[in-house]
Amino acid sequence: MSDSERKTEPVSKRRRNFLIGSAMTGVVPVIGWAGQAQATTQAAPVDARAALNVALRVNGRLHQVQVDARMTLLDALREEIGLTGAKKGCDHGQCGACTVLVDGRRELACLTLAVAAQGREVVTIEGLAAPDGTLHPMQEAFVAQDAFQCGYCTPGQILSAISCVHEGHATSPDQVREYMSGNLCRCAAYPNIVAAVLQASQQMGD
Amino acid sequence: MRPFQYLQPATLADVIVAQREAPSAVPATFLAGGTTLIDLMKLGVMQPERVVDLRLAGSDFAQIRFDGATLRLGAFARMAEVADHPVVAASFPVIAQSLSLAASPQLRNMATLGGNVLQRTRCAYFRDPTWAACNKRTPGSGCAAVDGANRQHAVLGTSSQCIATYHGDFAQALMALDASVVLGGPAGTRTIPFAALHRLPGNTPHVETTLHPGEIILDFVIPAGPWASRSLYLKIRDRQSYEYAVASAAVAVAMNGDVVADARIALGGLAAVPWRAHEAEAILRDAVLDEATATRAAEASFAAAVPQSHNAFKIALGRDTLVRALLQAASMEVRHD
Repeated sequence: MSDSERKTEPVSKRRRNFLIGSAMTGVVPVIGWAGQAQATTQAAPVDARAALNVALRVNGRLHQVQVDARMTLLDALREEIGLTGAKKGCDHGQCGACTVLVDGRRELACLTLAVAAQGREVVTIEGLAAPDGTLHPMQEAFVAQDAFQCGYCTPGQILSAISCVHEGHATSPDQVREYMSGNLCRCAAYPNIVAAVLQASQQMGD
Repeated sequence: MRPFQYLQPATLADVIVAQREAPSAVPATFLAGGTTLIDLMKLGVMQPERVVDLRLAGSDFAQIRFDGATLRLGAFARMAEVADHPVVAASFPVIAQSLSLAASPQLRNMATLGGNVLQRTRCAYFRDPTWAACNKRTPGSGCAAVDGANRQHAVLGTSSQCIATYHGDFAQALMALDASVVLGGPAGTRTIPFAALHRLPGNTPHVETTLHPGEIILDFVIPAGPWASRSLYLKIRDRQSYEYAVASAAVAVAMNGDVVADARIALGGLAAVPWRAHEAEAILRDAVLDEATATRAAEASFAAAVPQSHNAFKIALGRDTLVRALLQAASMEVRHD
């Protein structure tokens, strides 16, 4: 990497200056091109199949894993780190079973490359309960409202629901239905899920 | 998924260097939110040898700024951030609605505005490489949809080579509001009308945009005309939420009493590219906006429509969608300040 950095830096600076000088008119913001002085382009591994060393922060713990560039965050969580709470449903971003929190927002682990999740905070269903086992209010509400049958979609539903409340999108049944539409439930436990989200939203105080 | 090299440059200047100096001569594919690219890589539709992740480099182009005359949306802002932005919702409702009615909350948290407008078609034949015939995926191979299941396909702007629909929603709002787009690349930056970004399929449906190699969308620039606050996005879907449009209309109308001073209209789910309905706009201008006029305008915008074997209903549905959108816009209560 250091060889590559030394090699790329001068060119990078030339390019940056060129862009400032020739291309920017008054209305175009230049911060992205001009503001950062260091060239920190990562060197590409010569062999695309080479394993990458990746540090993933999950539920507050740092995990060092070796992954193929192709591996998704979902597969890294399940196969490398051993957190099988996030589920693989469609694996194409259509069902929501793999929903996790990334930097506090709900995202889909199946459409995220593990290598691209470095430096971000990931929370899975395993990270919700308190160390003494006390459940998160959303988990409590799903139990209280019987908001699942087979349970496969439930981890994704719960993480999505927590985000839904934090976003301020859990103020009415209609709004919950709209803002939980990215999580499919083949058992069709939807009425109970809506009830659970509304119950927890009261207790979460958002 | 095919193996690929992964790079995550820290700045956009480094992106250009990374492209030029990388060992492979194959152009890099840019990764932003990943919601289209990773999906299509899993399907084998896209097989990049080099993926340049723009998450760090693009982070300076994620701002939302409004100075009273111009709304500037950074291309790396996430769909959800823009949809929920109070200024966007109040002064450019068609933008907020086109974003919040698209995809799911998770996808809107991931997808960037720039990636959203560059999303690929949902044509089932394009997305499934076991179908040999797809001119968009494999130039010259034919079009399986012409003689296939084409209920979801386009009725406007198609060619004999490709009848795929452009499914995006946000692009229709940009079309209606006369947005322009700021592009950056190896040769510097340039600004083009958003309407000039997408290319009609013609005989080259695999070439979807006018972007130069290595160019990145940096900003969307949207003028705040008197029509922007009286604007809306009406989206008709097969299910109520989390679904692509079968037909949609982005309308922005400036009224002078009951008379239309100016109308901007774009249609979604119906055309091969983001579609501006100039014919309808011309009919509405200086006319009283009632149901009869709206219907006449809507019919004009489908005069050149070409239905396929399974989607003739889209012409009537598209017309009715536009009529309803126009009448809703006319009845909007708009704050004048």
